[in-house]
Amino acid sequence: MPHFRAWFSRFVGLFIKRKRDEQMRDEMQAHLELLTQRKMAEGMEPGVARTAALREFGGLEQIKEAAREQRVWLSADQFWQDLRFGARMLLRSPGFSALAILCLTLGIGTNAAVFSWIEGILIRPYPLVAHQDRMFALNATTRRMPGYTGLSYPEFLDLEKDSTLFESFIIDRIMGTTLSVGDRAERATGGIVSANYFDALGVQPILGRGFRPEEGSGRNAHPVTVIGYGTWKDRYGGDPDIIGRTQILNGVQHTIIGVAPEQFHGTFIGYSFSFWVPASMQETFDTTGYKLEDRGARWIEGYAFLKPGVTRQQGDAELHAIAQRLEKDYPETNRGHDLALSPLWKTPFNQASNMSSTLGITMAVVFFVLLIACANVSNLLLARSLLRRHEMTMRLALGAGRRRLIQQLFTEGLLLALIAAAGGIAVAYWCRNALVLSFPSPAAGIVIDFPGQIDWRVLAVSAAVCILATLGFALVPAIQASHVDLSGALKTEAGGVLSGSSRSRLRSGLVLVQVSLSFVLLAGTGLLLQSLQRMQNASPGFSTDVIVSGADLFSAGYNLERARTFQVQLLDRVRDIPGVESATLARLVPFSYGVFSSAPLEIDCYQPAPDEQLNLSYNEVAEDYFKTLSIPIAAGREFQRTDDEKAVPVAIINETMATKYWAGKDPIGQRFRLKDRWLQIVGVAKNVNYENKLELPRSFFYVPVRQNFFVSNNLLIRTRETPGAIRNALAREVKALDPTLAPTAPFRIQEQVDRKGYTQRLATTLIAIFGAMALFLAAIGLYGVMSYSVSQGTRELGLRMALGASASDLLRMVVSRGLRLTVAGIGIGAIAALSLTRLMGNLLYKVSPHDPISFGLALVVMITVAFIACFLPARRATRIDPVRALRV
Amino acid sequence: MAKEKPDLVYGTLDMLILKSLQPDPRHGLAIADRIQQMSKEILRVEQGSLYPALYRLEAQGWIKAEWGVSDNNRRARYYELTAAGRKQLTAEKEHWSRITKGINLVLAGT
Repeated sequence: MPHFRAWFSRFVGLFIKRKRDEQMRDEMQAHLELLTQRKMAEGMEPGVARTAALREFGGLEQIKEAAREQRVWLSADQFWQDLRFGARMLLRSPGFSALAILCLTLGIGTNAAVFSWIEGILIRPYPLVAHQDRMFALNATTRRMPGYTGLSYPEFLDLEKDSTLFESFIIDRIMGTTLSVGDRAERATGGIVSANYFDALGVQPILGRGFRPEEGSGRNAHPVTVIGYGTWKDRYGGDPDIIGRTQILNGVQHTIIGVAPEQFHGTFIGYSFSFWVPASMQETFDTTGYKLEDRGARWIEGYAFLKPGVTRQQGDAELHAIAQRLEKDYPETNRGHDLALSPLWKTPFNQASNMSSTLGITMAVVFFVLLIACANVSNLLLARSLLRRHEMTMRLALGAGRRRLIQQLFTEGLLLALIAAAGGIAVAYWCRNALVLSFPSPAAGIVIDFPGQIDWRVLAVSAAVCILATLGFALVPAIQASHVDLSGALKTEAGGVLSGSSRSRLRSGLVLVQVSLSFVLLAGTGLLLQSLQRMQNASPGFSTDVIVSGADLFSAGYNLERARTFQVQLLDRVRDIPGVESATLARLVPFSYGVFSSAPLEIDCYQPAPDEQLNLSYNEVAEDYFKTLSIPIAAGREFQRTDDEKAVPVAIINETMATKYWAGKDPIGQRFRLKDRWLQIVGVAKNVNYENKLELPRSFFYVPVRQNFFVSNNLLIRTRETPGAIRNALAREVKALDPTLAPTAPFRIQEQVDRKGYTQRLATTLIAIFGAMALFLAAIGLYGVMSYSVSQGTRELGLRMALGASASDLLRMVVSRGLRLTVAGIGIGAIAALSLTRLMGNLLYKVSPHDPISFGLALVVMITVAFIACFLPARRATRIDPVRALRV
Repeated sequence: MAKEKPDLVYGTLDMLILKSLQPDPRHGLAIADRIQQMSKEILRVEQGSLYPALYRLEAQGWIKAEWGVSDNNRRARYYELTAAGRKQLTAEKEHWSRITKGINLVLAGT
């Protein structure tokens, strides 16, 4: 233990240093007095005795210092000293400190902010869920079908029954409804969830209770709902007696049984849910019918919780085994169907995968910004170390060790970084909800939720970034400063604009790094801007000017028969509104967040491969659909009014479907079976985009809505009027048919198309902002280096002037040196960019990662900015007075 | 960095201080006197260099200090061996005698 004791005593010494110092002084004083007295007793004069005592005692101050070392924790004491000294140094040059802290705050703050988004959106998106580390998204796929294909309810029950490695499975299906409280009616997002939902997540309602197991089953048997905190506060005024009250949801009275906690927004990244209902109420909220007993209806989105200690591989293996057993037992519905676990950040059915590539690239970009900021601060420190050379020389001459000097400069750097990190975390805190700002809400009342999360992980990462940054920017100047040549320091260093002392080479090197990093970011920004523009200009294949409206008959509780009469009459009335060119109905509007109908098909004269599941998506549309949306019919005809329930079932297929299944044949007049009916193909329509512009061409078909009716359909109108102008006319027609109804707010399809391009727009915005930041920082760096070398080379410039160089010669000389640096940096940056931009692959739309226009643009911007940054110091060079410069 | 005077074998000062405090507590000057006297004036301690050693020993917990009054009524800080200090002294004495025995054997050899 003695070692610990000694250490502890020294640690304590840090805090009672002054007291111990006094004690030590007293003690030595006492010793000297005793000694002096003895000398006097031996017969010496008092003064002589004192001197003799002092001589015998030894060097008082050295001994004190040596004694102190035994009493305090030396390195900590020095650190504290350095810190105080560093703070004084920072205060002495506020301009330098402010600039350095600003650069670092930008660097550290952007990193902290982006990491907090990654943390809050991708890694731990559900803060109240107890075991997010064991939570995985259930990924259901079908062979030969791209993307997520969903689970059916019977499969979900099989999973719960047959699995052994899982703690629980939950269903969470997003759906929308109209929520009317009092006279306020707004769209709201809700979740159809399994009865174990709140229990499995470990989320306790703050009022009332979650769902009971029995509430999960029985067709429409349990009209109960748990409402979100926001809904409770906003719509019900935070009524404490809310439990037991009823609310009409989609025409059915639901009893409110619980209120979710404030921080719980559901389990769908990107949306904040307003309410939840148990799975037994599925039919009430799904326009496409009852599905709890249908093995072919894959509508479920859900999550699985592994038991503690079970690996993802083991879980995957068990899911795969269950899926294979189901495939054997139910070949009709489960052929080629497979199950696997996805980490939450790769959840296939919400915004996670979109956000993960965007945020991943953004993280890389802000890391670049940090590097550039560090290079800037490094440059500032280098410039300042010259000013402090006198101090350093003095310290070395007085016996300070090189290590001690480096330690002190590091401490000063750490101080800068610490202040900047505190600022950076504040920046991250302000920015935590910034992503939502750029995300357009799909409709009034729907709350978009992309929160950043500042937790210990974000703080730890910020601290790590801070220390890394300190190492990054303080290392080079510290080593430089410690290499002061004692004798050489007496002579003044006559640096020149063109001469390359090692210090100025170093600074140029840093600028080179900055320029090349900024060039990479500029090129990336250029690519994204181009791609965004191309995507915005690209036609989805139909007219996006078409106006969408309708009446929410499903929420209003209409049955199928009433709905059919209403819609047919409304369609006729709308067609008569002045200015309307054509109008039609469609169950789903392209580029909406809804899911197209899909079903297994059987095609005449097409033999599917043994493991091929023929399952295609389709839309239910009325006559004039293709005319209204301007989708050309390549062969055959468009749907007609007469394609109704009394006529032969028909279908229109798209070109991809025609070439795939009727290769080399005329598909018109051919048949295929959808569910229990054989449909006759009457037309082939041109391909369009159905869900987004990035999708690959896919097989798709249309059936007449009159032969496949649903309660709620969208009304599509082609008119020269604006959505606002047509609203009143629409409302009049709807009211004429049912005075209790109002049309949904009309909007152009273009709005939905824009919303689907959100990811690209967000990526472009973020990278453009950070790219501009990087460019700005690099420009400061270049400016700093150039103006520094001009001020250092005043003598040389003066001499050149005296020898006959004209102002424009000097201007050219200085600017060309800066531009040489820039061009070299651009060269390195271009090589780096060529290999890095390939990683942006899935964010780019019809733009090559090596697009010459983007690279050219980046080049022009970089050179322009560099020219300005060099021109200002160069102009100062031309104003040097040669007489004064040479006399200095 | 003040080191012990070269006429003391390096690293032995701690042991000598501990020994000089046995059995009675002493102040700094008295410790120096005592070492000088016990060594029959062979060993002279530079008085100042006592203090870093004293503080080191104190930090280790081998000695403890208290202000007191000297024989001629002067204030002085008195050091006293602790139990751990006595054990340490024994250990150092054993160590020392083994080393010197070894060294003597080497020097006496032919």
